[in-house]
Amino acid sequence: MKTTKSALLVGVGGQGAILTAKVLVSGLMKAGYDVKMSEVHGMSQRGGSVSTQVHWGEKVYSPVIGKGAADIVVAFEKMEAVRYADYLKPDGVAVINDYEMASSSIAAGLCQYPEGCLEAMENHFRCHVLKAGEIAQGLGSAKCMNIILFGSMVKALGMDDIDWESVIAETVPEKFRELNLSAYRAGRDAVSA
Amino acid sequence: MERYLLSGNEALARGAYEAGVKVCSAYPGTPSTEIFENLPQYRDALYCEWAPNEKVATEVAYGASIAGVRSLCAMKHVGVNVAADPIFTAAYNGVSGGFVIISADDPSMHSSQNEQDNRHYARAAKLPMVEPSDSQECLDFMRAAYEISERFDLPVLLRTTTRVSHSKGLVRFGEREERPVPAYARNTRKYISSPANAMMNHPKVEEALAALEAYGCTSPLNRMELNGTKIGVVTASIAYQYAKEAFPADASFLKLGLTNPLPMKLIREFAAKVDKLYVIEELDGFMEEQIKAAGIDCVGKDLTGKIYELNPQLLQERIFGRKPETVDVGVSAVSRPPALCPGCPHRGFFYTMSRHKDFVIAGDIGCYTLGGSAPLNALDSVVCMGGGFTVAMGMARAFELAGQTDKKVFGVMGDSTFFHSGMTGAAEIVYNHGNVIPVVLDNSITGMTGHQDNPGSGRTLQGDIAETLKIEDILAAYGYKNILIVDPQDLAAMEKAVQDALASTEPAAIIARRPCLLIKRIKHDIGKCEVDQDKCIGCKKCLSVGCPAVMVENKKAKIDPNQCVGCTVCAQVCPKSAIARKEN
Repeated sequence: MKTTKSALLVGVGGQGAILTAKVLVSGLMKAGYDVKMSEVHGMSQRGGSVSTQVHWGEKVYSPVIGKGAADIVVAFEKMEAVRYADYLKPDGVAVINDYEMASSSIAAGLCQYPEGCLEAMENHFRCHVLKAGEIAQGLGSAKCMNIILFGSMVKALGMDDIDWESVIAETVPEKFRELNLSAYRAGRDAVSA
Repeated sequence: MERYLLSGNEALARGAYEAGVKVCSAYPGTPSTEIFENLPQYRDALYCEWAPNEKVATEVAYGASIAGVRSLCAMKHVGVNVAADPIFTAAYNGVSGGFVIISADDPSMHSSQNEQDNRHYARAAKLPMVEPSDSQECLDFMRAAYEISERFDLPVLLRTTTRVSHSKGLVRFGEREERPVPAYARNTRKYISSPANAMMNHPKVEEALAALEAYGCTSPLNRMELNGTKIGVVTASIAYQYAKEAFPADASFLKLGLTNPLPMKLIREFAAKVDKLYVIEELDGFMEEQIKAAGIDCVGKDLTGKIYELNPQLLQERIFGRKPETVDVGVSAVSRPPALCPGCPHRGFFYTMSRHKDFVIAGDIGCYTLGGSAPLNALDSVVCMGGGFTVAMGMARAFELAGQTDKKVFGVMGDSTFFHSGMTGAAEIVYNHGNVIPVVLDNSITGMTGHQDNPGSGRTLQGDIAETLKIEDILAAYGYKNILIVDPQDLAAMEKAVQDALASTEPAAIIARRPCLLIKRIKHDIGKCEVDQDKCIGCKKCLSVGCPAVMVENKKAKIDPNQCVGCTVCAQVCPKSAIARKEN
């Protein structure tokens, strides 16, 4: 059991966390790991908070983890990092997109977006913070934000034994291949491992 | 041999294909929907359809079984409530071709109105039940379920949970088994469920279940994993995966795949091998209560609880008292509840309703359940599929009898829900002179579950063009004389339709019609709304439409161009005309 690792990808419905998890899983499968992945569907997707989990190792039983069990949390939105912080192991690592999305209750003026999300995470965990949205705009399309975060995640995890570029090339449609490969490299470069 | 990464639902579809299934019918519902979304790829070998509701789906599949072919129906847990009538009698009659009913339960209510434990249905209806615990078992148990169905002459309940259906794991495929279809021969003794036949059928069911219990004691679906003798764990479904990680490596397991009837002899044999017996299962103590009733000492629900999902860390904490080490970062996230999408056609309707304090609105199951959330707050109740019209009927009659004449009562549901079980409610209102305005929010699709076709969408699951049933024609046939069809995004027209319906002296109904903006066949790229910062007075009236794209920044309205689709509902409520759509 001790040999398994788990990643929690969190964000807001529609940000592309599931596709990112699929790229991760494809690479892990190629490398010969046993893998399980859990997604959310239905009601929870309508702009709500979403989480996707990937669990891998020599032999994996549970597709989901509880609190204090994630090796890495990748947050596509910074308040979501805080929401799932207690799922992270105390020595776990967080990759956080420095991007703010108001929830419907914040937009309606019923509550405030919390201050100091990034600082709170950085004070307690090893964190990699990047502005993936801006990097994606710079590459020409906001759509590749998720692969930028993916690049940061594999760098942060030190998973360099897998040929991620060929995994990405196989997973994304041909016309987005170059964009996503650039996004992957930019994501890696944004993180000092 | 190659392995593929499949969700439980994808593997169930593959399993049905491999089992030689020929007729498949379902109504979508999370977490079951993707089983049938993955069947059309096998359309050369089988027929699959979306039925108007789960009862219809069950009857279609059962009819195919009576005619001699293997058949399948699938639904979410609450769908089994709708389908229960044919299910209970199908158990008495038995099958010709193998017949499997999939119930996908939703512990923790990720996308449901309750977390009912449908294992009880297997006992109540006297059905064999198989429970896979991962994607490979979804495929394998599907095939096994058809063997059991035909061997014991019973329909089989295959029960998953959200984590079985929506988790992905590695799966090995097999070959499709083409089965000969026997020549049809009428068998009235078996299939006409008259009291005389039913009296003969019930003892046969009890005999079959007794034989099945013996079968379960030797079937590979139920297996022992013997390690140490100190701890034994009886478990099934996804709870097995959690328990494997939570219990020490020397714990022994009795992993059950066939969970109704429980193989009590095997459980007794296993219990005798260990010092302490745990029963680990999500939700109710379905296995534990039966094991205790058989006089076998065990612990379970006192430790694990019967509310919400489990996971490995929760089990470790509740059974062994080992709390996971977590970090409190000192900042709390505020809630991020789901909301109607920007541009959702339901918004204009619910905004209109939210302006009237004397309106009482019974809602229904679908995206429009979100019309009850802040800031719209335009629903009084949501009970079940098709309940919108009829709950409204009962409320209206109660108000009349109590003399509360100021209340104006509406029943609200979507198009797919109308076809599912709303039509009978529409008939009820006309027939019994109900003082209720039925409203169909017709967005031309089954929205919440991810855009499945329905009798009003003009397509079938297999992608063929279909007759488009017209809601207005159906209402007219029922006797509604005043049917108001309105674009809910036009707030003035929406308000007028509501007032005209209330003023009508004859039975009136409203159809608020605009397609879901997520439908891929339709282009919505019209423009985006912008705020004129000089005109905006910061009154926040635009926030009352509850659009995720509309917010207030530095005391002025702001519209997120990445989310806005230019529906203009916010612009229509602005008292200073400060919001306008910039056309593309």
